[in-house]
Amino acid sequence: MKKTYKIDVDCANCANLMEEAAKKTKGVKDCTVNFMTLKMQVEFEDGAEAKDVMQDVLKACKKVEPDCEIFIK
Amino acid sequence: MNRKQKRNLIRILVTAALLIALHFLPIVPETGWIRLVCYVVPYIIIGYDILRNAVKGIINRQPFDESLLMAIATVGAFVLAFLRTGDYLEAVAVMLFYQVGEWFQAMAVGKSRRNISELMDIRPDVAYIETEDGVEEVDPDDVEIGTIILVRPGEKVPIDGVVVEGESRLNTAALTGESVPRAVRVGDEIISGSVNESSPLRIETTKEFGESTASKILELVENASSRKSQSEKFISKFARVYTPVVVLLALALAIIPPVVLTLAGRAAGPASELWGDWIYRALTFLVMSCPCALVISIPLSFFAGLGGASREGVLIKGSNYLETLSNVKTVVFDKTGTLTKGVFEVSMVHPAHEDGGDDPEGHSDGHSEEDGHHVCHAHGCADHDEIADEAIIHELLHMAAHAERYSNHPIAASLKKAYGDESDECEVGDIEEVAGHGVRARINGSTVCAGNAKMMTLAGCEARPCEMSGAGTIIHVAIDGRYAGHIVISDIIKEHSAEAIQDLHRSGVKKTVMLTGDARGAAEEVGGKLGVDVIHAELLPADKVTKVEELLEQAQPGEKLAFVGDGINDAPVLSRADIGIAMGAMGSDAAIESADVVLMDDDPIKIGKAIRISRKCMRIVKENITIAIAVKVVCLILGALGIANMWFAIFADVGVMIIAVLNAIRALFVRKL
Repeated sequence: MKKTYKIDVDCANCANLMEEAAKKTKGVKDCTVNFMTLKMQVEFEDGAEAKDVMQDVLKACKKVEPDCEIFIK
Repeated sequence: MNRKQKRNLIRILVTAALLIALHFLPIVPETGWIRLVCYVVPYIIIGYDILRNAVKGIINRQPFDESLLMAIATVGAFVLAFLRTGDYLEAVAVMLFYQVGEWFQAMAVGKSRRNISELMDIRPDVAYIETEDGVEEVDPDDVEIGTIILVRPGEKVPIDGVVVEGESRLNTAALTGESVPRAVRVGDEIISGSVNESSPLRIETTKEFGESTASKILELVENASSRKSQSEKFISKFARVYTPVVVLLALALAIIPPVVLTLAGRAAGPASELWGDWIYRALTFLVMSCPCALVISIPLSFFAGLGGASREGVLIKGSNYLETLSNVKTVVFDKTGTLTKGVFEVSMVHPAHEDGGDDPEGHSDGHSEEDGHHVCHAHGCADHDEIADEAIIHELLHMAAHAERYSNHPIAASLKKAYGDESDECEVGDIEEVAGHGVRARINGSTVCAGNAKMMTLAGCEARPCEMSGAGTIIHVAIDGRYAGHIVISDIIKEHSAEAIQDLHRSGVKKTVMLTGDARGAAEEVGGKLGVDVIHAELLPADKVTKVEELLEQAQPGEKLAFVGDGINDAPVLSRADIGIAMGAMGSDAAIESADVVLMDDDPIKIGKAIRISRKCMRIVKENITIAIAVKVVCLILGALGIANMWFAIFADVGVMIIAVLNAIRALFVRKL
């Protein structure tokens, strides 16, 4: 399952760091952060609950980049 | 500018003003605590968020966070200045310029993000439905299939549909890059994203909003830069390695030289001076530890390149494909639908002359004269005198069209199209299809046979060969057993095909290949006309994959192969090639799904253009990578030697980033390529 989220982040390197962090989060199969369109596309593991996983992703991202935001619908 | 950017700008201006005041007004003492406090105030103003993030970075164990590195560098500079010279200006200035750089970057990226979204401004916001109370505005998402919507002049068509009332011109520039408006009238299919120019249209929708062309294209463009290219992957890897390496180098620089110098007994002056000097050099390193210029400019270049291309009607599905496209050396065409229109059209009608011995018993050598009476019907140019001929031509088409009344074969369709409205008052009956031969029908009491030469034999007459048919298919017609003439149907070569092939050769494509299912003779004629290098004819659809695989094996390493198809029935080949280009995607979902590059209109000339756009973009990417890395390396060396100070480092850093960003934006301008 793939989902796309709007994000807010200031620098391109921070976007890369967010991508790395999200990829390492449990339940995330793959993730791409697009700094230019400010979007994060997350592919979830089978059976993972997107909402819960995204909370963890947000936490992980906040750790590497305190200024970032992910808009979880 | 958003609120954050405004606030940062104010911080920058305030800090700059304070620094100037502190530097030039003799109100602060030369040394001591008061001076330190005076400089800490602007430092906090400009750097509080960096310091805060640095602390968070430590808490979260992110040692190579760039905020932390900037914080260490500037705080370190403060400490050194306090111990040695009392010159705090440098530390504050470094932070100031770092923030200027960040601010500029945010502005530039925001600006190009907006620019590119404006370019692709095809997203319709509303649809208008007529109700009893007048025109009602609704969300296009809520419009069901089959609803009649109103599109007034100046409005965007929100949903794909068919015109049911009105006649107008549509501007499809945002979709195809084609600036000439398209005329539409009742019965024409129109696609969303085009703009109505002249008069109101009523449209019956045929798709839901989400399935409409505009939505599909937007989705594609927005997802495009998620597929990362080799260059982008290289940069993110580089960035991951660069920062830690520079930090370790800085650490080494701060410790090893003074220790070695002291042990060697070569240290001149007091130890504090020695250590201070090397620590300062190390701090200069930290200022340069951020790989910002690279990390920002590469995706920005690709984004601009993709945006510029889509403005020209070339949709590229990802940065990786842009990269591949720039290395294309072989272009393989599936003839039908790419170089030719893929639509069969009546190109010539040659009636047999009543007086020329066209009866079945006639001598075949008597035909040569009549064969001169060729009329190019499709081009409307009759040769000499022939009003009578026009009538005969018309009648021949008339009969053929009637005979094919119930057939859905493309050839039948083209006959009916050439004749015009086939459903007139003529009596048509007893239609019988003779497999592998043609059709026989009774029209107004006469028996009409239409088909190939074998069909003529069946009808009791002899088919006359046509030496002008070229690549076309010949339909012979016999009326009541008498040969009435033949009609040539062929696939028309597109207007710009030959030019497109030349253009490809000029752009450095080494080999152009044409694949077709047509007979060899016909294929060679078309290929020769277009100037294609290699022709493979008489291929079954499955053979095309094999051929492309063969060509892929022959290709030199690093040279890529592009396959151009019309998106219909060639999905396997499109995906097998290094890069699949589908043409004429207006309305064809299959093409958008299966190809890597989609040309929105039918014009093959866009292929060369797409390749040039990709080359320009890749050149910019390479320039940026080279400039940014070179400047960093030079600065690091100068810093280590003690030639470059922190001022120099931060200027180089911010300067390179600004140059790289401006250069990246150049990729957007591709109109004249």
